[in-house]
Amino acid sequence: MQDYFHALADTITAHLRGQEVYTCTFRGEDSDFVRFNRSAVRQAGTVRQRALSLDLIEGQRHATGNVVLAGDLQQDGARVTRLLEGLREQLPFLPEDPHLLYATEVGSSTAADRSELPERAAAVDAILRAGRGRDLVGLYAAGGIYVGFANAFGQRNWFASYNFNCDWSFYFQGDKAVKTAYAGLRWEADAFDRQVDAAAAQLEALGRPPQTIPPGNYRVYLAPAAVADILDMLAWGGFGLKAHRTKRTALVQMTEAGRRLHPEVTLRENTREGVAPNFDTAGFIKPGQVTLIDAGGLGDCLVSARSGKEYGVPTNGAGSGEAPESLDMAAGQIPARQVLAQLDTGVYVNNVWYLNYSDRASARVTGMTRFATFWVESGAIRAPLNVMRFDESIYRMFGDNLLGLTDERAFLLDGSTYRRRSTGSSRVPGALVRDFTFTL
Amino acid sequence: MSDPIEAHFRQVVPAVDFCSLRLVSERSEMLVVRQDVLQPVVTSEDRGAMLTVWDGGGMGYAATSDLSPSGLRQAIDEARQWAHESAAHSVVDFSKIVMEPPQGDYASPETEPWQNVSLADKIDLLQRECARLNIDPRIVDWDASLWHTDVDTLYLTADGGRVHQLFRTLVPSLSATANDGPETQTRTFGGRGYCRQGGLEILDRLGFRQAAPRIAEEAIQLLLAPNCPSDTMDVLLAPDQMILQIHESIGHPLELDRILGDERNYAGTSFVSPDMFGTYRYGSDLLNVTFDPTQPQAFASYGFDDDGQPAQHAYLIRNGILQRALGGLTSQVRADVPGVATSRACSWNRPPIDRMANLDLEPGDASLDAMIAAVKRGIFMRTNCSWSIDDSRNKFQFGCEWGQLIEDGRLTTVVKKPNYRGISATFWRNLAMVGNRSTLEIMGTPFCGKGEPNQMIRVGHASPACLFTNVEVFGGE
Repeated sequence: MQDYFHALADTITAHLRGQEVYTCTFRGEDSDFVRFNRSAVRQAGTVRQRALSLDLIEGQRHATGNVVLAGDLQQDGARVTRLLEGLREQLPFLPEDPHLLYATEVGSSTAADRSELPERAAAVDAILRAGRGRDLVGLYAAGGIYVGFANAFGQRNWFASYNFNCDWSFYFQGDKAVKTAYAGLRWEADAFDRQVDAAAAQLEALGRPPQTIPPGNYRVYLAPAAVADILDMLAWGGFGLKAHRTKRTALVQMTEAGRRLHPEVTLRENTREGVAPNFDTAGFIKPGQVTLIDAGGLGDCLVSARSGKEYGVPTNGAGSGEAPESLDMAAGQIPARQVLAQLDTGVYVNNVWYLNYSDRASARVTGMTRFATFWVESGAIRAPLNVMRFDESIYRMFGDNLLGLTDERAFLLDGSTYRRRSTGSSRVPGALVRDFTFTL
Repeated sequence: MSDPIEAHFRQVVPAVDFCSLRLVSERSEMLVVRQDVLQPVVTSEDRGAMLTVWDGGGMGYAATSDLSPSGLRQAIDEARQWAHESAAHSVVDFSKIVMEPPQGDYASPETEPWQNVSLADKIDLLQRECARLNIDPRIVDWDASLWHTDVDTLYLTADGGRVHQLFRTLVPSLSATANDGPETQTRTFGGRGYCRQGGLEILDRLGFRQAAPRIAEEAIQLLLAPNCPSDTMDVLLAPDQMILQIHESIGHPLELDRILGDERNYAGTSFVSPDMFGTYRYGSDLLNVTFDPTQPQAFASYGFDDDGQPAQHAYLIRNGILQRALGGLTSQVRADVPGVATSRACSWNRPPIDRMANLDLEPGDASLDAMIAAVKRGIFMRTNCSWSIDDSRNKFQFGCEWGQLIEDGRLTTVVKKPNYRGISATFWRNLAMVGNRSTLEIMGTPFCGKGEPNQMIRVGHASPACLFTNVEVFGGE
């Protein structure tokens, strides 16, 4: 696949005229998707897709075209040549772009796994076995993901990852369920079984009569998956340079009024330890780490090439959305094994759901508890909790009301499959918070 | 459309219980002018096919962007393999579902085709409207955009079915953001809710060329406005909030695949159960909700769904009583519940699942003035900007860009950050007045997410303004 992409890039280079240059990004995947419901197969299939995004540049004028590819050099060479010609015809009608920026120093790289994926039938059998006698629902996604970058200056970057992500829930009844995932490069039966057993143990606790609590303020433990979802919300425009300069960031009270988070909160875009490509669509190589929140205070922004040019700040290879792809939250001091004891009496939240800002300028986020959420008394799980709506500010939950973060962190692969399988991930601890506001 | 792929498909169809090909060719263009600077012009072409095989009670699919004869043959082999591997473990017995071979076509109406206006003229239009958003130094970000898409689909079945559909859509957008210190307010052209099928004629129907100054002025007004008060009061919702209310708390709960449990690991389940259809009181007598794929210009009109089933107008809720579900043929057979032709896929690379299409709230007989006059203490909210609802689609909380108090039957103070929350199962029973056709707007969203693997799809909603009583309202900090 890498050779195929390089040959396509060479075709583009060979068809350039005069002062033209280009950047292009290739994305492809060969994915198996098996969807389960009630411990049986709902839909099973394979998706093979390849596409190229080509930016043709002449001076400060440029035009971008995206084209789907067949994966066959003969067919695709002709398609890419046609795309190039179409973009060339657009250029005279476009004004110069004052914010155009692309890499001109060549920084080629290759980061490619060797596929150690399981036989799909074996993986599906293992999942069906795990569901036997239980109500299992979820998705097994597996296969190769490919990303390439090339430009007219001879830079070539290649990323290939062969991974699987089995993301499933065991349902007890109604909306009471335990959600978990087993993801990686190589399927290890023992590791999968341990994950199944851990989820099954929590499932037993869901069998107790559920409890409903009145709206109010509660001491809560947010498990890593819940912390990751809340931070994901904050990542939506929170850390990008453009969002900061246009005051649209949810952290506008930090940028404009000096507010701070708890000193234990340090957030980084940790490309070095993530699983995403380390190059952007303009050819810039991402630094190993960018510190976004430093001991509760503002750190650096994520800066796309375009924003870098617009605001006169060096780019750090962020995508156009300037959102982290490999978010890392520093661990804290609370021993993970003492979480229940330190929670004492309150709510143990494994997962949250459907977050949105109820007051973006105040970084106030609303959302729901989901899956296994428990009422805890005197350090012991007493009952599953019926779903509750929360509405709480980041400044309180990760600021004044943060009691601490756990000393262990979870590495969570993003299971998102919109358009294509994600290469995002996060590494986060759990969080103990006081006076967390539930509203409905 | 006569596509060579049709001949290829007919040549490689295997001897199985059912086999279909769904070819999707999509071309889109996104033009954005931000802060008076044209952003990179992006043109996208996407084309691929999904092959589906049912055999021995199992189902498999394979999606490919390799449309050569060998590419199609490989995809059919893969789909057949999946069907055989899953047959013994399938949650659905596909041998019990009978798909009649469909025949027909559909095309979006269009009087001013996108291609008939030059790129330079379209950019000029956006430059003009963008510049008109920048009315004050406190406007810190502003943009205008047009997103045009042509989608050409060909659905073929091995037993001779053939459906050709051509969709043309346009999503215009305007946005102005105002800032003063730690306070930022954004006002938009109905979110991205003004989306329609058709050509550039849509812009005048929507008043796109008149909207920019108002949007910018309202952003400044919001910057100076007090917070929305917290209280239980009447709420009058404009169509650009109603579409979200309908979408989240009627549309999603009525999806049959949620009710059947398919979505429980991701998008969620539903508080609606199969036994409720025909008897359950969903809302007040004034609540009439329809599935209407026939509405010209509506964003998600079509002749056939992606399983080739013909789409027809139907009441889902009539006089407040739940009638039928949003679910395609497969789900209807599984649940034994009446549905509509809404088995849809976002593109060639995802299999069809139960989706909304055009889900509309039928107009009543109240004018906007009459509804305002009927309120002693309440609030008028416009343009959704925040949405959240539980996985059973019951406990919701929504926020709007714009709020204006209603006191003693008159619109009074503008307030910022208006939010409200409630429970679907009871909220619609407090529907007190439904606006007439003069208040109705045809809107939608390009971004309805659901499914494993995930799918983002276009959905249409038409709604009048509506008045609800006893709603918990609150503002920002």
